[in-house]
Amino acid sequence: MSEAPKTAKWALWLPLGIFAGFVVLVILGLNRPADREVASAMIGKPLPAFDLRPAVAERPGISRDSMAGGKPRLLNIFASWCIPCAVEAPQLAKLAESGVEIDGIAIRDRREDVEAFLARHGNPFARIGADDVSSVQMAIGSSGVPETFVIDAKGVIRYQHIGEIRPEHVAMLQAKLKEAEQ
Amino acid sequence: MIAEFGLAALWLAAALAAFQLFAGTLSLGKKTAELGQAVRPVAILQGVLCLISFIVLMVLFCETDLSVKLVAMNSHSAKPFIYKLAGTWGNHEGSMLLWVAVMAASGAVLALFERRLPERAMLATLAGQAFVSLGFYAFLLFSSNPFERLAEPPAEGQGLNPLLQDIGLAFHPPTLYLGYVGLSVAFSFAIGALITREVGPAFARAMRPWVLGAWIFLTLGIVAGSYWAYYELGWGGWWFWDPVENASLMPWLAATALLHSVSVLAARNALRAWTVMLGVVAFSMSMVGTFLVRSGILTSVHAFAVDPERGTFILALLAINIGGALTLFALRAATVTEGERFSVTSREGALVFNNVMLSAILGIVLFGTLYPLIAEMMGARVSVGPPYFNPMSAVFAVPMMLIMAVGPLLRWRRDNLTRIRGSLLLLVGIVVLSAITVTLIAVPGVLPYIGLSLAGALALASVLPLRGRKLLRTPLPTWGMVLAHLGVAVSLFGMASESAFSVEKLVALREGETTAVGPWQVTLSRVSPVAGPNWTALQADMQVSYQGGKAQTTHPQARSFWQPVQQTSESALLTRWNGQLYVVLGEEAADDRWQLRLWWKPFVTLIWYGGVLIALGGLLALFGRVASDLRRIVARDKIAYRRERQGR
Repeated sequence: MSEAPKTAKWALWLPLGIFAGFVVLVILGLNRPADREVASAMIGKPLPAFDLRPAVAERPGISRDSMAGGKPRLLNIFASWCIPCAVEAPQLAKLAESGVEIDGIAIRDRREDVEAFLARHGNPFARIGADDVSSVQMAIGSSGVPETFVIDAKGVIRYQHIGEIRPEHVAMLQAKLKEAEQ
Repeated sequence: MIAEFGLAALWLAAALAAFQLFAGTLSLGKKTAELGQAVRPVAILQGVLCLISFIVLMVLFCETDLSVKLVAMNSHSAKPFIYKLAGTWGNHEGSMLLWVAVMAASGAVLALFERRLPERAMLATLAGQAFVSLGFYAFLLFSSNPFERLAEPPAEGQGLNPLLQDIGLAFHPPTLYLGYVGLSVAFSFAIGALITREVGPAFARAMRPWVLGAWIFLTLGIVAGSYWAYYELGWGGWWFWDPVENASLMPWLAATALLHSVSVLAARNALRAWTVMLGVVAFSMSMVGTFLVRSGILTSVHAFAVDPERGTFILALLAINIGGALTLFALRAATVTEGERFSVTSREGALVFNNVMLSAILGIVLFGTLYPLIAEMMGARVSVGPPYFNPMSAVFAVPMMLIMAVGPLLRWRRDNLTRIRGSLLLLVGIVVLSAITVTLIAVPGVLPYIGLSLAGALALASVLPLRGRKLLRTPLPTWGMVLAHLGVAVSLFGMASESAFSVEKLVALREGETTAVGPWQVTLSRVSPVAGPNWTALQADMQVSYQGGKAQTTHPQARSFWQPVQQTSESALLTRWNGQLYVVLGEEAADDRWQLRLWWKPFVTLIWYGGVLIALGGLLALFGRVASDLRRIVARDKIAYRRERQGR
C-alpha cells in the first residue's frame, strides 16, 4: 500500500476548479440586485390539499379547507432554528395587531422548540401546522424559510414573499392583502 | 499630527513590502543572489513600521481624537477606557490594520529566527509573505484608510455597537486574527516550497511551530467567541452555525488537518503534496472567511462591519492570492516526489484518515455556508441551520473521533491491531457500558446519545499513550497530544450533556414569587432601574438556590444604550462544577409580572474547558518543539565554535 497511488494530473487542478466556482458564485452574488420580485409558479393557483397536525398545543393545526373562506390571510413558513425568522417576528406581530390573520407552518421542527420560539418572539399565528418533511412547503412552491404567502378568501395564492419581512415590507403586504379582497 | 505619522508609517511599510517582494524574487536567480541579503532586514523593518502604525491608531482611539473620521464614527468620550481601546479593532478599517500589522510582525519574526530552511526557500517564503501583504496594504491605503481626517471634527463621537461593548471583544477578534494571519506564514512556506521544490522534513519542521501557534490562537478565538455569543446574545445557545462562526471554523478545520499532516511529513517524510496543499488551503480559508464576513454577502447575526463595495476589493485579492497559489500547486505538485510508503494500519494511516474526515467536514461546512448564495442564484432565499450541519458533520466527526482514540496507540509505518487488542477491548468495553447507562437514563436525540456513549472511552484512550512511559521523561509534544485529545473528549461530553439534559423554562413572575428550573429554586426579589457609564438598565435582584442549599443573589439586566440607541440583555450566569444556571430578564408583562427565561445546563462549561484543554495541548507541543529547536541551535553553535578553535 503506497501513500497515494500516483495522483491523477487532473486531480491537482481540482482545488483550483472548486475555488473558481466559488469566485463565480460570489461575483454573481455581489452583483445581484439588492431586492427583487420573484415570480412564483404558484401565484394565481389554489392551495394544494393538505392537512397538518398542530405544531403546538395551544393552536390548532392547519389544512387547506381551514384556510379557505372568510377573508384574505397570510401564510408564514418558518422554523425555530431559522435566524431570519426571529428577525421578522416584530413585523408579523405588527401585522397581527393591525387585524391581519396569520397562519404558520413550522418546518422540520420540534414541539418544544416551536413553543420556545413563540414564547421568545411572540405568537402572531391563528393556526400552526407542523410540516416535518417539508412536503407542504414544497407543494406550495416554497424552498426556504422564512417565506410568507398572501392567500385570498377562496384559498388562492396571490403573492409570495421570499426572505424575512423587514419593516419596509409591512405596508406592501398590507396592500397585497387589500388587493386580494377583490 | 499623530494620525499623519501613523499613515506615513503605513505607506513606508507598504513600500518596504514591495521591495521585499522585488528583492526576494530577483534573488532566486543565480546572478542576483546578493540582493537576497537585504530581504531579512527589510522584512523586520516592515514589521516594526506596521506595528507602529497600529499603535498610533490605538493611541487615537484612547484619546478619542474626534478629528479622525474612524474615531468619530466608532467611539464616544463617555465610553469606558477598555472599550475605547478595543474599539480600535471593532470596525472595518481598524480590524484590517490589525490584520496587516499581525501579518507584517509574523514576517519579521520569521526573518529574525528561522534558520533551518535552505536560504533560497527562505527568500521565496518571505517574498510570498510580502506578496500577500501588499494586497492588504493596497486595500487599506486605497479603500479603507483608517487615519482619514474630518474637516470639521464633531463635538461627540457616534459610539460603538453596544453588543460590542464587552470584555469579550477586547480579546476575541485579535486572538482570531493572530490565528488567521499566523496561517499566512504557513501559506508563504507552502509557496516557497513549491517555487524551490524543497518539500521535506526540514520544510515541515520549519513550518510546524507556525501552524501550531496559529492553531492555538484559532482554537482560543473560537472558544472565546462561542462563550461570548453564549452569554452576550442571551439565546442560551453556544454554536449557531452562523456564517461568521463557520468562517472561523473552516480555517481551524484545515489547520487541524495541516497540523497532523505536517507531523507525518516531519517524522516520516510522507504526505508531501498533501501537506503543501493544506498549507495553501488553511490560509485560503482564513481569507475566504474574512471575505464572507467583511463583504456582507451572507446575512449574518454577526455582521457588525460590512460593506459590499469593499467586498469586491477583497474578492480581487482572494482571486489573485488563492488562485495564484492553487495554480502554482497544480503545476508543481506533480513534480513533488512521492514520499515514504506506509501500511494502512499505522500511525500514518490513522492520520491520513483523520485528514480526510477533517477535509470532508470542511467541505460540508463550506457548502452549507455558501448554499444560501447558491439557492439565491436560483431565486430562493434560504437559511441553512443545525438540521443540516449537525447530522452532516457528525457523520464524519464520529468516525474521526474513533480513529483519534486508536491512532496514537499505533506505530509508525506498519502495525497490526492484535498488538493493541488489550487496549481496544478495554475501550470497546467502556463504550458498551456507557451506551447501556445512557440507554437506561433515556437520552433524547441520536447525537447526544452517541456523544455520551463515546466521551468516556475517548477520554481514557487519549491518556493511553502515556501508559508505560516515565511521565517526566515523556516529551512535551506527546503530552500536548494527550491533553488536546482529552480536550476533545471533555468538550464532546459537554456538548452532548448540554443538548441532552438542558432544562428551559419561560415564566412571568411577580416580585416575591418563586419558580423551579431543574434542581434550582429561583425567586424574583425585585426589579429596579440602575445606571452605567453609557447605559441605563432594568435590573432584577434574584435569589437562587441549588437543591435547597444556600441562597445566592444574581442580577440579570435589560440594558438600554443611548449612543447609539439599542437594547441588549445582560444575562446572569451562575456556574457550578456540574453546570450553569442561565437567567435572562425579558419584558414587563401584564399585571406587574416580569418575563424570565431560565435554563439549567448541566456540564455546559465543559464545552469551553475542553476547548481550552485543546489549546493548552497545542501550547505544550509548541513549547516542546521550540525548546528542542533552540537546544539544537545552541548545540550546533557550540560545535562550530569548537571546530573554529581547533582549526586555529
